[in-house]
Amino acid sequence: MIRVDNLLKKYGDFTAVDTISFHVAAGEIFAFLGPNGAGKTTTIKMLTTLLLPTGGTLEIDGLDPIRNSNEVRKRFGIVFQDPSLDGDMTAAENMEIHGVFYHVPRKIRLERTELLLKLFELWEKRNEQVKVFSGGMKRRLEIARGLLHTPKILFLDEPTLGLDPQTRNQLWTHVKHLNQKEGVTVFLTTHYMDEADRVAQRIAIIDHGKIVAQGTPQELKQQTGKESLEDAFLSLTGSTIRDEAATSADQMRQMAKMWGNKR
Amino acid sequence: MSAIYVLWLRELRRYVRSRAQIVASLGQPLLYLVALGFGLGPVFQKAGQGSYVQFVAPGIISMSILFSSIFSGMGLLWDRQFGFLKETLVAPVPRFQIMLGKTLGAATVAVIQGLLVAAVCFIAGFRFADLRTIPLAFLFMILIGCLFSALGTAIGSVLENIQGFQLVMNFLVMPIFFLSGALYPLSNLPGALSVVTRLDPLTYGVDGLRSALIGVSTFGFVADLSVLFAVTLVFLTIGSRLFSKIQV
Repeated sequence: MIRVDNLLKKYGDFTAVDTISFHVAAGEIFAFLGPNGAGKTTTIKMLTTLLLPTGGTLEIDGLDPIRNSNEVRKRFGIVFQDPSLDGDMTAAENMEIHGVFYHVPRKIRLERTELLLKLFELWEKRNEQVKVFSGGMKRRLEIARGLLHTPKILFLDEPTLGLDPQTRNQLWTHVKHLNQKEGVTVFLTTHYMDEADRVAQRIAIIDHGKIVAQGTPQELKQQTGKESLEDAFLSLTGSTIRDEAATSADQMRQMAKMWGNKR
Repeated sequence: MSAIYVLWLRELRRYVRSRAQIVASLGQPLLYLVALGFGLGPVFQKAGQGSYVQFVAPGIISMSILFSSIFSGMGLLWDRQFGFLKETLVAPVPRFQIMLGKTLGAATVAVIQGLLVAAVCFIAGFRFADLRTIPLAFLFMILIGCLFSALGTAIGSVLENIQGFQLVMNFLVMPIFFLSGALYPLSNLPGALSVVTRLDPLTYGVDGLRSALIGVSTFGFVADLSVLFAVTLVFLTIGSRLFSKIQV
């Protein structure tokens, strides 16, 4: 379903993703793990047509995301790591815009919106503007919106960041359900190793833009001789803490806060 | 098609929800109208040109459409900042449609803003020369709105952060306004200024609006319509090219 061969992304002298290769089979739940700044999000952006690679080949459901970008976009859904909601619109309107973008028929859109907003306990707040939502509510809405249409591939980029255990549990139950009932292929990143261990069938670990290990959670533990996936992860990637450079978008967000714009 | 509609609707909803902004954005045109319209009125009259309020009102209406459409078009910058842009960029909708939806939404908002300013001008004493040409005036307002919304979207596609905003304001928007003949007649200008005003697309918007509202025109409304239409198409093409090349 996803084939990545020798994928390369360079920003000037800096190599963000260094000739990585991996394949994800249809119907698989695949976890892509790595420390901050390892190249996870950059890889997802290239897979989801947001960024052009410097080199290598990509294939989503047999299609090239660069040449057939619109066909590829029909095949996946994504929950982004950072916010992507429209703060001026209400929760229901955010769902509406998404549904229209993904050609979900109106009737199904309304049914699923109700189901998902109730599941993530946002139904009561559906007619409030998203800018007044708390961080956790916004995150829940992002997830609900990402699940509104049923794609062939679902990208989840650190979906559980900042969520309470209850919501996390809801999310993974729902994702597993989608995977089993609808055969949705799931590509996820997370910093919670127990989640990856519990949900993912196969894992790739990326560090400094290179894939350092690939296999089932069991295989990774055996390979490193550790009891838990967290220990296996630490022994593969070391224990130094990484920093990510702030992007211009982050800087702008900072500035907007200064100006009191609450969107 | 429905993606265009839903993005258009989004711009309208946003406009209606920002009431404070609507009132605030009426302040500047009102200031121009009162300070210039009445302030320069006596001089204009002495020069034998008639009422300055009559002359300047179409210019002030054009100005408000120019500002509103460029800034709504550049609203793309905020979408980039708050992340909603990503949601539109991964959507299975041709990027041209997304750009068009935003541009039409921005243009609609700008035309509404222009109508509000026209109402303010009317209260301040501005009178239409001929009620039958009002549809023509409306058409010119729409064209000015579309032209500069497309320009705004094109700029918003290229600028990565808000720092560039001042640059656009000082080196593009203000010159477009001041060099358009919104505030002064285009006849008997010094050579260089005369050339520059003719290169400014807003000149044809102001001239067209003036011909429809008070029956005074330098180029004639057919020429104005053709220029505006052609430039709008060019900006739409450039805008959708730039928009479809965005990477985040």
